[in-house]
Order: sequence, then C-alpha cells, then structure tokens
Amino acid sequence: MTDATVNIPTTAFRPGTSDAEIEAAAAKAAVHRRHTVTFWRLGILLVFLGLWEIAGRMAWIDPFFYAMPSTIAARLYEWITEGTSEGPLWYHLYVTMEESVLGFVTGSVAGIIIGVALGRNRMAADIFSIYIKVINSIPRVVLAPIFIMILGLGLASKVALAFVMVFFVVFHNAFQGVREADRAMIANARILGASDWQLTRSVIVPSAMSWIFASLHVSFGFAIIGAIVGEFVGSRYGIGLLINIAKGSFDAAGMYAAIVIVMVVALGAEYLMTMVESRLAKWRPQPLHETQ
Amino acid sequence: MAVEKTAPAIELINVSRRFLSPTGKSLTAIRDFTMTVERGEFVAVVGPTGCGKSTTLNLVTGLASPSAGEVRVMGAPVKGIDPRIGFVFQTDALFPWRTVIENVMAGPLFRGKPKAQAQASARDWLARVGLARFEQHYPHQLSGGMRKRVALAQTFINGPEILLMDEPFSALDVQTRVLMHEELLRLWSEAKASVVFVTHDLEEAIALADKVYVLTAGPATVKSVYTIDLPRPRVVADIRYEQRFIDYSRTIWADLKEEVETSYARAAA
Repeated sequence: MTDATVNIPTTAFRPGTSDAEIEAAAAKAAVHRRHTVTFWRLGILLVFLGLWEIAGRMAWIDPFFYAMPSTIAARLYEWITEGTSEGPLWYHLYVTMEESVLGFVTGSVAGIIIGVALGRNRMAADIFSIYIKVINSIPRVVLAPIFIMILGLGLASKVALAFVMVFFVVFHNAFQGVREADRAMIANARILGASDWQLTRSVIVPSAMSWIFASLHVSFGFAIIGAIVGEFVGSRYGIGLLINIAKGSFDAAGMYAAIVIVMVVALGAEYLMTMVESRLAKWRPQPLHETQ
Repeated sequence: MAVEKTAPAIELINVSRRFLSPTGKSLTAIRDFTMTVERGEFVAVVGPTGCGKSTTLNLVTGLASPSAGEVRVMGAPVKGIDPRIGFVFQTDALFPWRTVIENVMAGPLFRGKPKAQAQASARDWLARVGLARFEQHYPHQLSGGMRKRVALAQTFINGPEILLMDEPFSALDVQTRVLMHEELLRLWSEAKASVVFVTHDLEEAIALADKVYVLTAGPATVKSVYTIDLPRPRVVADIRYEQRFIDYSRTIWADLKEEVETSYARAAA
C-alpha cells in the first residue's frame, strides 16, 4: 500500500480566494458594518430630535408641556454656566451621586454577603426565604416617606432607599449563583483539600460572580432611582429636587434637562461597570460572533 | 503503624449503600459489595450504565458513607475526606476563572503550602504532562484532551497514594483517549499509586488495569473479577491487537453482556 500517492495539481484556486484576499475582504466588511451601525444610530437620533423640534415649532405639540430639544439644550447650558435657581448644578449632581453610590455599594455588599451565606446554608435559606419574599413584595418606593420621616431630609434617607432598591436584586442573583455552582467543581475542590472557607472564597463566590455582575449592571440604575425618588419626596439638594422644582414652576425644559443629566450619568456608570466586568471576566470564552 | 504497612490500599467489605431518590423513595445503589485494592494495584470497575459504579468511589472518598458494611483506606475506616486520595472527574471540574497553572496550584495552596513552592511544583507537573507552554491559558482556551491533562496534573501534584477515576476519559474522542491512556499509565508507574478506574468501556479497562471487576445491573454487586496478566509497560495503542487482549475482551464481554442486557431491558420496561 505504499504506491498510494495522489498527485494534487497545485494552485487551482479561483481568483479572489487567496488567504490575503479573503482576510482583506473580511476586514473591509467589518469596517463597513461598523460604519453602517454608527450611521443609523446617529441618523435615528437626529431624526427623532429634529421631528421633536419641528413638531414644537409648528405647534403640532404644545412646547409648554413637551419642550423642545433647543430649549432643553439652552436650559442645560444655563445650568452648567450660571447654575440653577437652587445653586450650582454640580453640587446637586454631586449630592445625587453620593447618595446613589453609597446606596449601591452598601446594598450590593450586603446583598452578596447575605446571598452567599444563605446560598451556602439550606436550613437558613428555607427559614428566611418567606421573610425575604414578603419584604420583596413591597414596592420599594413606598418606603421613601417612611425613611424620610425616620432619617430626615438629608443623606441617610436617600441612601437607605437606594440600599433597599439594590439589595434585593443583588441578593437574589448571589443566592442563585451560589446554588448553581457546579457540583463536580465543588467536590473537586473538597478532595483537593479545600476547607469550608476556602471553598466559599475560591470556588463558590467566583462561580457566582457572573450572576452577581449581571445584577450589578441593573442595580446601579436602581440606586439612582432610589436616590431621585427620595429627593422627590423631600430633600434640600439633588437632581430629584431640581425635577420637583421644575415641575412646580411648569418648567418643562428644566424637567427634561434633569432627565438628560441622569441619563448621561447612568450611561457612564454602565460603561464603567462593563469595563470592570470585562477585566474581571477575562477567563470567560468570547461569544462566537462578537456583536456590539 | 504495623497495620498501616501491610493493609491493602482500599477494602470494601460487604458494603451496601442506600440513598434517597429525588421523589423521596429509598433506593439501593450497591449491595453486598466486596473489593480489595492492593498497594500500587490498578483496578478497573466495569458495569452497565447507571448501576452504581460511581457510588463505590464516593464511598472511598468519604463524600458518601455506607449504609451497611465497612470501607477501609490503608487499613483504617474512612472518616471524612482523606488527604491521600486524588479524584479525577468525568465532567470538567477545573476552575474556569483560574489559569492553567493556578488550577494546578489549587491543591497545594488549599493544603497550606507556600505560594512559591506550589508554583514551582505546578510548573514541574505541567511540564510532565506536556503543557508547560500553556500555563497562562484559561481552561476554555484548551482542547478537551489538554483540559484532562491539566486535571491529571491538578490531581497528581498532591501526591495521592490512592487515585480514583470516574469515567475520566469518556468525553474524549477515541484518538485523544488512547493518548491519555498512555499518559495515565506513565504517571501512574512513576507515582506508584493505587488506582480505581470506573468505566463502561471494557477495552479501556483491560488495556489499563491489573484487575477488572465486573458489576451486576443495579443494585450493583461484584459479579466476577478477572486478573489481566498482560506485561507492563503496555503500549495502549497496540495492545488491543494482541491475541491475549482479544481473548480477555471476549471472555469478559460475554460476562458483562448479560448485565448490560438486563439493565437495558429494565430501562425499556
């Protein structure tokens, strides 16, 4: 069976199928695709804002209620350069951020610790699950007046509200993540010699981390909601207060301007979070088709 | 310590194990099971799917305790997880968030070795399984066979005197599996550990083991024991074409076949 050599004719490729050409074509297609996405993203935004502006100017909608992109931009400019009627914009933004970040950090740390603890302890989980369900069924924002009554108009009541908004989301995901930890992996760690604490720290928590991160993404938004609702109900500073005052003086542009500020902040936070996550999760396989 | 010196590595004496099924019924996984593994012996356990083969291993690790009978490791009854035992799992049990070298270092670090020492020893073991170039990779970047080799290094680094393997290569393709067999036999002959290798692949069992235990359809008990008298060192890729291998294969299969058919008939009923 040594005479089984097959003569393969060399270079029978069709034009345009060489390695370099295929790679170049793929790179070109990728660039093209990115441009198309950016074009449509910008285009849709511009059309939306343009239609809004025109509809306002042509009085199809009443600018008194709906404002117009131009008046909103003017109000933002005024707030940034001259400050609001309640003092400098930056201070209000700082107050809201301080409340949100404090509530977010304390809420997620507590959520992770208690979630992992209950996830590791079946009995405790069974006992406490009913209370957690009951408390979880309360719409969180109704707690705002209570917190303000107890903790006053300052920082503490907003942080408390942001905390309860964040805590349950993170708690649930941490708990679930711990429960989903792979059995074989746990047995492996045990046989390799891990103590209970080592098992929790170096196997259970890391394997729950992708669940926890999924919740952290949404929960910073929740923390902002908590802070703003708290400011709504009663406060001396903050973006929520600005919205409340704008509402009181029928200043539509002011309300939308405050919303834009919150949007920008929330997007920035989301971006930061994604960056941190992709840093921490570099061990995870990339999805097969990377889309943005 | 006189007892420790002479006692077999593993003894299961008339062991039964009952467990609670998810529906709340008590089931018997193994019944009157007796097996002895001598020091340095390589024992393979074959039996029909789902007959309780894995349960025997869990009894030895201490992850499960017997409902009747006695399990002894190195002459002493099993109490909790024994540090002299290593376990290779069927599924991928590596930690995916750790690099290859961090995975291999896990055992020594869990056991309180200093980091530098763990690292040096992990490097050494990675070199022995031919993965020195991959120490900074993550498990998902490796092929199935490479991941198994990491798992072997992760287990062998602890210097186990007893090695338990639960269908470790069943997820690999046939060619990779043969390479892994060679790798395992080489590591085993250097480490001189006692091995219990659970598998449903009879040829794998004969190619690797000194003794093959055939189990009955569940509840499992020992049906027969065959001593495989093939010379070592063995070349797994070639041994399967030898006449004696084929004879063993035919004899044991005739025995095993009945149990497989029983198990199959039960599942179909």
